[in-house]
Amino acid sequence: MTLTLKQLTKTFQGAAALNAVTLTVGAGERVALLGHNGAGKSTMMKIILGLIPFDSGEVAVMGAAPGSAEARAQVAYLPENVAFHPALTGLEQMRTYLRLRGEDPTGAMALLERVGLHGAARRRIGTYSKGMRQRVGLAQALIGRPKLLVLDEPTSGLDPVSRRDFYALLDGLAADGASILLSSHALTEVEARTDRILILSKGHLVAQGTLADLRRKAALPVALHVLPRPGTEAQVAAALTGARPEGPVLTMICTQAEKLATLARITALGDQICDLDVLPPSLEDIYSHFSQRDGQ
Amino acid sequence: MNRILATAGSEARIALRNRWVAISVAMMALFAVVLSAAGSAPTGTLGVDRLSVTVASLTSLAVYLVPLIALLMSFDAVAGEVERGTLPLLLTYPVSRAEILLGKLIAHLAILTLAVGVGYGIAAIAAIAIDPSAIEGLPALWRLMWSSVLLGATFLAIGYAISAIARRPSGAAGLAIGLWLVAIVLYDLGLLAAVVADNGGSFTTRVFPFALLANPADAFRLFNLAASQATAAAAGVGGAAATIPVWQSLASILLWPVLALGLAIAAFRKVTP
Repeated sequence: MTLTLKQLTKTFQGAAALNAVTLTVGAGERVALLGHNGAGKSTMMKIILGLIPFDSGEVAVMGAAPGSAEARAQVAYLPENVAFHPALTGLEQMRTYLRLRGEDPTGAMALLERVGLHGAARRRIGTYSKGMRQRVGLAQALIGRPKLLVLDEPTSGLDPVSRRDFYALLDGLAADGASILLSSHALTEVEARTDRILILSKGHLVAQGTLADLRRKAALPVALHVLPRPGTEAQVAAALTGARPEGPVLTMICTQAEKLATLARITALGDQICDLDVLPPSLEDIYSHFSQRDGQ
Repeated sequence: MNRILATAGSEARIALRNRWVAISVAMMALFAVVLSAAGSAPTGTLGVDRLSVTVASLTSLAVYLVPLIALLMSFDAVAGEVERGTLPLLLTYPVSRAEILLGKLIAHLAILTLAVGVGYGIAAIAAIAIDPSAIEGLPALWRLMWSSVLLGATFLAIGYAISAIARRPSGAAGLAIGLWLVAIVLYDLGLLAAVVADNGGSFTTRVFPFALLANPADAFRLFNLAASQATAAAAGVGGAAATIPVWQSLASILLWPVLALGLAIAAFRKVTP
C-alpha cells in the first residue's frame, strides 16, 4: 500500500477537522478526494505530508511515518494556490527544486516543457498568471518519479484544454505506478479520470468507491421528461398518473428499480408521445447527496 | 550539502534581484568613505599608524551597521515564506529545516562579507594612500574583517529566530528594529548608567564584565579595541572594560553565531505551516 490511514483524527481547538478517517491508496491508483470548503481535504493532505501533527490514529506513507525523510523523498505535493518567490524565473525555481531532490538541475527545461511552460521559462514568476503558476507547481511535482502525488485542487485556475492535458499527464504517471491523491470541489471534473472517489463531509469519510458504486449507493430517483403530441396533453396526463406538468413537458420521478416499468407505461401511449428524455441523477446530485447527509 | 547550496544559490539570486546586495554594499561603502574623511585629522598626536585609527573608527561603525544590515536581510527569511505561502511546499521536500536556514545563512553572510569587505577596503586604501606606514595596521583591519563577519552571522541567525517567532513580516520587522535598539544602543547606555550609579562597587567589578561579554556587539567592540593599540582613540565602554582579557571576548564572538543559529533552528522547528 502506498498510503494507509487508520482511524485518523485531528481536532483544531476542540472542533473535529477529521473524524476517524480510514482509507488506503494502492500503487498506480488515482483517487479523488471531494468535499466542501472546510470538509477536511487540505488538513488530511497536510497530515499525509507530515506538515501538521494529528491527534490519534495511524498514518503510513510508503510504510514510513508521514514527514520522515524516507516518506518525503517519495512524495510530491502541489499545494492549493501554489506560490513561489516572484523574483525568480520559472527555470531558476525548477533548478532549485531539482537540486533539493538531489536530481540533475539540467532537467529543468524538460520538466517545464512537459507542462507547456518552456516559452515563459526565463521570465520571473511574478509576471505569471495563476494558471502558469499552477503549471510550475505541477512541474515540480513531477520531479524524481514520486511514488505518491498529493495534489490539492490541482486544476483550479486551468482552462478546460489545460485541464485535459493535466489529466492526460496524470494517466501517464499512474500507468508508471505512481499513486495520485487529488482533491476537488466538483465531481463533474474528476468523474472519468479517477479510479476511486472519496467524499469527505465535516471531517467524516461519508462515501468511497467508483462512480458507479456511488451512483448505486445513492439510489437517487430518475426523472423522465415526456413531451405529449399537441392536442393530446390531457389524455397523456390522465394516463400517466403522478406526472407533474412543467410547461408543455410532463415530469415523472421514479426510483431506479421502477425505471423500466415507467418507460413501458410511457411507450404504451404510442404516437401520443412526441419526445421522451430520461435524466439520470447528475454527478452534482450524487455529490450533494453524500456530502450533505451528515449534519444537514 | 548540495541541498544547502541549492537554497543558498536561490537566496543569493533573490537578494540580488531585491537590491539587497547593492543596498548593503552601498551603505558600508558610504559610511567607510565618510569615516575615512572625518578620521583623517587627529592621527599625528596619537602616535599610531593611520590605519589603526581608522580601524578603531570602523569598529564603532560596524557595531551599529553590521547588525542592522544583518537584521534587515534576515527578518523576512521565515515570515516571508509563511506570508507568500511558499513554506508548506518547501517543507515537503527532502530537506531539513536546519539545512534551509544554513542555506539562507550562507547566501546572506556572503553578501554581508562582500559589503563589509568593500567598505573596509575603501577605508584601508584611503588610509594607505595618505600615509604608506598605515600598512602596519593591516592585521588589525583583517581582525576587524573576520570578527565583523562573525558578528553579522550572529545577527543574521537572531533575525531568523525573530522571523520564525513572529511568523509575519511586519511583526518580524518591528521585533528586529526593537532588538537592534535594545542590544546596540540601550544596552550600553543602561550599563553605563548602572556603572555610574554603582560608583566602583561590586556591580562594576563582578557583573559589568560579564554583561559586556554577554552582548555580541559589546564583545565584538571589546575584542577589536583591546586587540588593537588604538584603545585610546575609542571612548566609552571600550576604555571602561580594558581589563577584560582578549580570549574572553574572542570566545564570546565565536560562541554567539553557534548559539544564535541553534536558537533560530529551534524556533523554525516550532513553525507549523
